[in-house]
Amino acid sequence: MSEPLLKVRNLDVSVYDKKGKPFKIVDGISFDVQPGEVIALIGESGSGKTTISLGCMGYTRPGCHITNGTVDLGGTQVLDQSLPKLQELRGKDITYVAQSAAASFNGAMTIDAQVTEIPVITGAMSREDALAKAARLYNDLELPDPDNIGKRYPHQVSGGQLQRLMAAMAMISGPRLLILDEPTTALDVTTQIEVLASFKKLIKDNDTAAIYVTHDLSLVAQVADHILVLKDGQMVEYGTTDQIISDPQHDYTKALMAAAHLMPDEIHAPPITTTEETPLLQVKNVTAGYGAKQEIIALRDIDLTIHAGETVGVIGESGSGKTTLGRLISGLMGAKNGSVHLNGQQLAQSVGQRSRDELRQIQFAFQMADVALNPRQKLNKILSRPMMFYRGLSQSEATKEVARLLERVDLPTEFAWRFPPELSGGQRQRVNLARALAAEPKLIICDEITSALDTIVAQQILDLLEDLQDELGLSYMFITHDIATVSKISEQIAVMRHGRIVAQGSVDQVLTPPCHDYTQLLLNSVPEMRTDWLDEAVVERRKLVAALDGN
Amino acid sequence: MIVENRTWTGELREAVSDLTPGVALCVVFLITMFFVAMFAPWIAPYNEAAILTNESFSPPNAEMWLGSDYLGRDVLSRLIYGVRVTLSLSLIITLLSFFSGVGLGFLAAAFGGRTDMWMSRINDAMLSFPSLMLALIVINSLGSSFVVLVFTLAFIDMTRVFRVARALAVNIMVMDYVEAAVVRGEGKGWIVWHEVLPNTLTPLAAEFGIRFTYAILFISALSFLGLGVQPPQSDLGVMVKENMQALLYGEYTTLYPAFGIAFIAISMNVFVDWLLQRSNAKLPDEI
Amino acid sequence: MSLWEIVRHRLVLGVGTLLFVSVLVFVGTEILPGDVAHAILGQNATPELLDQVRERLGLNEPLHVRYFVWLTNFVSGDFGASLANGADIGTEVGRRASNTLLLALSTAVIAVPLAIALGLAAAVKPGGLVDRAITSTSLMLISFPDFLVAVVLVTIFAIKLRWLPAIASIRPSYDVFDWIRVLILPVTALTFTILAHMVRMTRSAVLNVLSSPAIEMAILKGVPRRRLLLRHALPNALGPIVNVVALNLAYLISGVVVIETLFNFPGLGRYMVEAVTNRDVPIVQTCAMIFCSFYVLLNMTADILSIMANPRVRYKK
Repeated sequence: MSEPLLKVRNLDVSVYDKKGKPFKIVDGISFDVQPGEVIALIGESGSGKTTISLGCMGYTRPGCHITNGTVDLGGTQVLDQSLPKLQELRGKDITYVAQSAAASFNGAMTIDAQVTEIPVITGAMSREDALAKAARLYNDLELPDPDNIGKRYPHQVSGGQLQRLMAAMAMISGPRLLILDEPTTALDVTTQIEVLASFKKLIKDNDTAAIYVTHDLSLVAQVADHILVLKDGQMVEYGTTDQIISDPQHDYTKALMAAAHLMPDEIHAPPITTTEETPLLQVKNVTAGYGAKQEIIALRDIDLTIHAGETVGVIGESGSGKTTLGRLISGLMGAKNGSVHLNGQQLAQSVGQRSRDELRQIQFAFQMADVALNPRQKLNKILSRPMMFYRGLSQSEATKEVARLLERVDLPTEFAWRFPPELSGGQRQRVNLARALAAEPKLIICDEITSALDTIVAQQILDLLEDLQDELGLSYMFITHDIATVSKISEQIAVMRHGRIVAQGSVDQVLTPPCHDYTQLLLNSVPEMRTDWLDEAVVERRKLVAALDGN
Repeated sequence: MIVENRTWTGELREAVSDLTPGVALCVVFLITMFFVAMFAPWIAPYNEAAILTNESFSPPNAEMWLGSDYLGRDVLSRLIYGVRVTLSLSLIITLLSFFSGVGLGFLAAAFGGRTDMWMSRINDAMLSFPSLMLALIVINSLGSSFVVLVFTLAFIDMTRVFRVARALAVNIMVMDYVEAAVVRGEGKGWIVWHEVLPNTLTPLAAEFGIRFTYAILFISALSFLGLGVQPPQSDLGVMVKENMQALLYGEYTTLYPAFGIAFIAISMNVFVDWLLQRSNAKLPDEI
Repeated sequence: MSLWEIVRHRLVLGVGTLLFVSVLVFVGTEILPGDVAHAILGQNATPELLDQVRERLGLNEPLHVRYFVWLTNFVSGDFGASLANGADIGTEVGRRASNTLLLALSTAVIAVPLAIALGLAAAVKPGGLVDRAITSTSLMLISFPDFLVAVVLVTIFAIKLRWLPAIASIRPSYDVFDWIRVLILPVTALTFTILAHMVRMTRSAVLNVLSSPAIEMAILKGVPRRRLLLRHALPNALGPIVNVVALNLAYLISGVVVIETLFNFPGLGRYMVEAVTNRDVPIVQTCAMIFCSFYVLLNMTADILSIMANPRVRYKK
């Protein structure tokens, strides 16, 4: 084997707490990157993956300190360099693509000025050469109007384009090592594969070595040669991509694999429910929008039925109107036309006009549990309030029931006396669900409740949802952008796009081909664990997008 | 990370253990000043108005530790009473402005929409007045008395408090946990009391400190201009004004009250800074 | 909205605010216990004399008529006469306004660049020695009453060292050096009163920008330090800094009033304080209007400048 390009040895990164005690967030990490090789750092939040990748550039976020280890880039000791030397190294040899391009571009400079900045100020290229090279890169990255897009300011282009422009910025100096930090996470699912494919092509064409940081095992299988699995700042497993995917050794890697967002092999038809009885919830012909006169239409002609004990998945990308629909049902906003019926009775439009019993039956679970729970209220108060409010329990009765409720969502009963910031993300999401349960509802509207969670924790929450449904006969309206998740837990599915439901029906009807072009596009965007998937998916995607635009 | 059974006294004990020596010194000084203000008649060696000597600006001596003022009164006793007047006026002003400003600010935030828009507009219009001008106009019309001073300055401060309280509350009102309470069917009052207030307490406490300091400085400035507290009553600002000529005689009589004001204000600001840093709280941009 | 529309909207708002201010100034000064006629005549008031004075001053007209007369006069530069001595306010204001303007401008010219430089110096290395020195000194300074620095300066430089005059009176014969000698202490004192806030707010505005992902990205792409500050951080901090400066120049108003009184400086501020003491209503109205208009215009300019500094507004989608 040739001499590695990058050698990382025994890297430790620590943060200091208020009392000055160090705490290792990266603990003894060693790995090599060969020239032209792509290595993936995989882990959940808090695994130290971003910190390691920044450490390779000799950079730490404020508050973090590299306390041990070496980083050797082709014979240069990165960690020993002075700041001016380091800046030269960063501009030329190691470059970086950040997670959120929208926040990472400088709003006060044109894109061209930022992309060509480093080669021009270091004198590596003339301005004309740099601009020409930038335009070539824009073209390679399949950006629209490559000759002129760089003349714009960052806020004038879309998120997916910015992400690619940032890759152009990283590639312009012809770096030896490229670091990509979750470069597609902030994008919509259908945009994601397009961007991923262009990154892959770029890396291959230029034969650049890369470190690819992500939490998503299924995505990285498409681009990486080696995978390094991280947990709590330590290396769990290292191997070739094929080896990790086909034969993971460590339990944690196996768990990550099991929780990956993959489509199930087979989609089973749900048991047929008797449609004779009145449905639990009916949305009839609803049109609604924002603005003083609801002139900005967010929902058009929506019809949706939810039966008792059933899970209805509502899928769509950002801006599709899926969350708006949930808010409308729960009474947070009114409709312009149409009506919502609960047990056959028409519901008033706003929360204020609905009876407490109607309110009780429909509960809403929010996406981000950390902002959905008041940080200054103990769990006991958070959970007992709905019991007292809807069911007239006294505080002491409610407190007793809080203990039972906490057990039901698999949390220790003594958590009743804690505040939400003292809990982990997964625990908070359980509390979030428990608050909905405290009302003894018939229907819970779950708005992306698993999308902010790490995959393994998300899987646990989904399991809990199913247990609760079996036990209590609940109905769920499960709002998500993740078609793989929804296909596993729903009986009925509604696919939304631009405020309309484009496909609707039982899960097998909607998801078994032939299906609507947009559904197909969503299905096509779910990664598969084979290395040639991405290239096929991109070809397929082109056709589908063309067909959709044609309509 | 995890603190079992957080209680009020527990939090207080934790806060005290976080005090750095400098901040602790400031807190002790502030407490002492409030103590002095409350028990002035028992602490002061002489009556503040008693003329004890014919000599103006006599240097410090055994009877009068800080010497005499321009009328031959005991400077130390007058300082003690001055602290009492300055602190009590400032406290009343700040309390009044706080209750009205926070109340109205939360109201505007909780109701939103048109109510909020109009309340904010009127408030912004009031803010387009430099505060000293507003005070001078009122004093020009109504003269300067305790009542006029208190209500005018409380009103001026209220417009500032309103802005801060509203901005803080608006930030909370958009949180999902408030939305959760709204979907549950809770009333505005419940939401403000149980969801908004607990999450704004720290920044509001800091704001209270800032407004209190501001009231002290403002009232001192007015008194110094001769438009604040009127003789025979006197606060620290009046004392600075009265004893300006002392400088010409080489005595520092006028500096004692001036530095008294400064030390109280510094202590309060240091404490507020510490409070904000400790809780990682931020105030909406200052005015 | 385009840039021009936003600016026009802000201008209209500014004019509206000025009108509101004028109403408040007028009504605020006219609701005396009794009326202006009482104020003029004081002890000598008899019903007949009161009627005469009211007639002469047009006080028998309804309030809104008097407001419009007053406003048109004010806008056309006719400020009326002092109640105390009948002197024309316009001439006095003209003389004093230029003195005050000189004082305020000299202060601004020194304080603004100094404050921005200190704020930047503190923000470059937060928590460092320079930062701690600057933040703690400025925290101390914002706690000082407006007159404290002045009193200390007078004690040291005028009384003890006898280098500079303690009283800033002005004679027509003064040449440039006399002016400088007279202005040094008041300008220094005023600089101190507005400096501290400006430093603190500049620091936090710059820190805010420096902690943004865009700056982290610029570091990671290898932008040299100097360029990082000047080309990446500063343009983005410009809008907030403009606001900070405007906000704090407003402190100049109360500062000017106190400092002029303390140094016996013949400016507008002391003129107004004397008028308030004597209840000389027309003078109070005039001075208040001038100060308030200055304040409103300052805020409006700052708003417009910071809107123009924002690339999101300058270059629409």
